[in-house]
Parts: sequence; structure tokens; C-alpha cells
Amino acid sequence: MASTDPSVQDRPDIAGLEAGLDALESRQETRTLFRQTLVEKVLPPTVAVLLVLAIWQGLVSFGIVDDPTKLPAPAVVWEVVRQAWLQGDLLGYIWTSVSRGLLGFCFALIIGTPLGLLVARVKFVRAAIGPILSGLQSLPSVAWVPPAVVWLGLNNSMMYAVILLGAVPSIANGLVSGVDQVPPLFLRAGRTLGATGLKGTWHIVAPAALPGYLAGLKQGWAFSWRSLMAAEIIASFPDLGVGLGQLLENGRNASDMAMVFEAILLILIVGIAIDLLIFSPLERWVLRSRGLLVTY
Amino acid sequence: MATTTPIAETRTAGQGETPGADGTVTAGKTVTAAAAHAARIEHVSKSFAGPAGQQLVLDDISLDVAPGEFVTLLGASGCGKSTLLNLVAGLDRPTAGTVTTDGRPALMFQEHALFPWLSAGKNIELALKLRGVPKSERRGKAEELLELVRLKGAYGKRVHELSGGMRQRVAMARALAQESQLLLMDEPFAALDAITRDVLHDELTRIWRETKLSVLFVTHNVGEAVRLAERVVLLSSRPGRVAREWTVGIPHPRRIEDTAVAELSVEITEELRGEIRRHGQH
Repeated sequence: MASTDPSVQDRPDIAGLEAGLDALESRQETRTLFRQTLVEKVLPPTVAVLLVLAIWQGLVSFGIVDDPTKLPAPAVVWEVVRQAWLQGDLLGYIWTSVSRGLLGFCFALIIGTPLGLLVARVKFVRAAIGPILSGLQSLPSVAWVPPAVVWLGLNNSMMYAVILLGAVPSIANGLVSGVDQVPPLFLRAGRTLGATGLKGTWHIVAPAALPGYLAGLKQGWAFSWRSLMAAEIIASFPDLGVGLGQLLENGRNASDMAMVFEAILLILIVGIAIDLLIFSPLERWVLRSRGLLVTY
Repeated sequence: MATTTPIAETRTAGQGETPGADGTVTAGKTVTAAAAHAARIEHVSKSFAGPAGQQLVLDDISLDVAPGEFVTLLGASGCGKSTLLNLVAGLDRPTAGTVTTDGRPALMFQEHALFPWLSAGKNIELALKLRGVPKSERRGKAEELLELVRLKGAYGKRVHELSGGMRQRVAMARALAQESQLLLMDEPFAALDAITRDVLHDELTRIWRETKLSVLFVTHNVGEAVRLAERVVLLSSRPGRVAREWTVGIPHPRRIEDTAVAELSVEITEELRGEIRRHGQH
């Protein structure tokens, strides 16, 4: 096919002209240097955290908040965390909650994905439950804890139920908006290539909707984690094992503010860490490979 | 490939004429080889439900594209040329009349319509895959097609790393991967700068002559139409009707500045202006 028919004459300069245009107009991918990443991405949040610590320390040191049962010094909280680590409890707290959270999130994924696909592709289903699904997103998942306890009792299934009710709407809605935002041009192009029906869904709609879906997953994780903490705090029960939410509740019951702070900090750090380690890199990778991530 | 012979003859006959000699009108030209159509549009009408009831967009259009023929559809806004192309592509159904094509035509859009989640090469491979080409052959074919559009080495490039001209060439390679006898093009170069467009005109002409495809090319650019086509079909606007046809006998390679191309362009532009002017009179 590529063999050139001698009767087909090129204008002699075309190949060279074209090569020149290609070279001039191609965008060069630049990779950011490690040091630059350090200065631009790591430094600012570090400064912010240090500033918060300084203000906290200042409040205690200058006696602005004089009551250690209300505001313990950073060093005291650090000591509580260190002791938990030395006694081997710290990882146990974290693991209890993280394993629940991730398992619950996986269930939410398994339910939310087909649900989102149904809502996105079937008009009747969309009209029927689309608005409810969006509405559920604005319902704080704490509201589900009391009925879940009544229905399922104080056990792990109750926790998973609350996580599901928090995360499934986000995941499904993310997928729906991802599918809605697929450019019609891609669908037309797919159809002319023969991607119709299921083939079209698999080869065109699914990959095109991926960024929206990932954004939904990210939000779904945040909701999972928040729901779980609400469930653990409200429905703490010794037999369930001590997760981070129970730790906070235990601290409150013991009027141990350092323990409460320890729990809050750990909940915050774990939530951010999972997002930073799993969801953000996934999202960045997808966006970058499509040229949708503009780096300055 | 036997069908290529009569076309070669037509082309030789065209070259014998004075280039662009007063634009030979061939409306109502009879095609002798009855079965030989890449596309056959017979008495096609199309109307859409608009705010003021049914709106007629295409009115009784008949047009044949012979195998290996390059036809441009020319018209001002609102002539329904893109609608007609959608009908031929099978993306929409006519309100009346029939459209016959030999298999599913390939279609190129004004936007490249490449899938950004796939590399240039994988975009082409997807077309091959959907056509049922076995996995072992896809890579080689994709590389071959990239070479045909002079983008050797662009296989692994992401769409956003390519320039506008390169994207349209990958889109062309993907369309060619369908190995359809008919290539439909909906103003594919309209968004490109003048130099790039000129280069792509040459490339398209070269590829058309190498592959002996039939092309139905929609544009509102008269110079482009004359530079590329063997036959220029002018559509009137609102509703779209075939207003006039010209056979272009100017030998390749053509340039937009060639006297013959320019002369015929002036003549067609006059006619097009006349069509547009009619709409301002009531």
C-alpha cells in the first residue's frame, strides 16, 4: 500500500515542508525537575503545617488557652502518639479503620458502578432514581447511623451499610456525569468505525467517561471515610475493636483531650494519605496521558 | 481493482481538455456502468422538526459517486451539506429517497475526533480491531498506514502531542484503516492554517491516487473544492438542492494559484454568490 505509484507525482518539496511543519508545531513534553517539584509542591504545605503548629504552641506557651484539658500542648499530643506506637497499638487503630474503610469502599465500587451505568444509559432509570441519587449526596451520612444500628445491630455490617450509603451515590453520580460529558463527536466517530451497542460502550463510552468516574471515586473515598468515622464515633462498642473513631470517643469519655487530638490528627492524616497515595496519582496519570493536565 | 480502468480513462480524457475550459457542466450526465457506484443518492430529502414546524433541509437530491471518483460538495451555510454527508455515512436516515453505499463508508470530521486515551497508533488499531483484523496483523498495518500519511515514528505519540496537521493525518490514516471504498470528508481541513492546509491537499491527492478510493468531500471553500476534485457539485441553500455541477479536468499536481484553478474558482464563486444573494431578496 505504501509503495509509490510512479504516476503519482509529488511536488518535490512537500515531504520536507511537511516535516518542517510537524517539527515546528509539535508540542514538547517537559518533565518537571525533582528539585522544582520539591520547591513548588512540598514546600508550601510544609510551611502551612509548621505555621499551624507554631500558632498552637503559641496559644499554650503564652497562656492564651490555659486549660490543658481543653487544649493540650503539641508535645503532649505527640507523646500520646509515641506511646501508642511504642505499645504497638497505633497501627492496630489505623488498620481497624482503614481495612473497614477500604473494604466498604470496594463494596460501594461494586454496587455504585453498575448503578451509575444504568442511570446514565437507561432513560427510565435515570428519571426514576437520578434525582434521588443526587439528593442522597447532600444527606450527611451520620443520619444513617441510628437506623443502621436499629436494623443491623452493633456490628461490622452496620459500619459497611453506613459506608455504602455514603459512598455509592458519589461513585454512581461520578460515572453518570462522566458518561454525560462524553463529547458527541467521539460517539459519532465511534459509530462510523463500527463501535455500536456494547462495543461502543466498551471502546468509546467507558474510556471517555473515565476522568469523571475517577473524580467520583475520589469523592466516594472521602465520603466512605467520613461515614465510617461517624459510625465509629456514634456506635462505639468494645467488641468491635478500637478504630480511630472509637479512639476519639474513648478519649472524650476519659476527658483525655490529648487522646482526642491524637485521634483527630490520625483520622485527618489517614484520609489525606489514602487520597494522596491512591486516588490522586491515578487521576493525574489519566489526565496527563490525555493532555488534560496543564502544568505551569 | 478492475473498476479502476474506466476511471483512469476519465482522467486521461480530462487531461486532454483545456484545463478548466469554461467549466463543463455535466448536470444530468448518464453513468454507463450501472453497478459501478461508490455511493448512490437518489431523490433524497431530509427535514427536521424545527420551531416553525417541519423544516426542509435537503430537497430531492440525486448524486452518484463513481468508484475512484473525487467529488466535492460545495455550498454556503445552511445548504445541508453536512446533513447529506451524515445520511451517506449512515448516521441518520433520509425522510424520503434512498442512499446506497458499498459497505460502511469511512468518515473524517472537521475536528480530528481522535480518541485522547489512545496513542496515534492505537487509534488506528481500534479501527482495525472493530473491522475484525486479527491482533497479530494490527500493529504492522497501523505502522504501514502511518507511513502512508508520512508519520512514521508517530505510533506511540499521544494525540495532544501532535500538531493540528498531524492529527488530521492520523485521522486520515484511521479512516483509511477501515478499508472502505468510500471516504467521506466533512470540511476536514477547515480548522487548519493556510500552509498546513495546502500541504494536506497535496497529501490527500497523493493518497487518493495511490489508494484509488472514492471521496466525497464537503467544503465551503471554493479553491479547495477545485484544487482537489474531479467533479464539483454546488448545492443551493435552504433547502439544499443540486444547483450546478462542474467537471474539473485540470491535471494534477494542482496548486490553488494555478491559472486554471483560479479561473474555475472565480466562475464557481460567482455562481455561489448568486445562490447566496437570492436569500437576501425576500
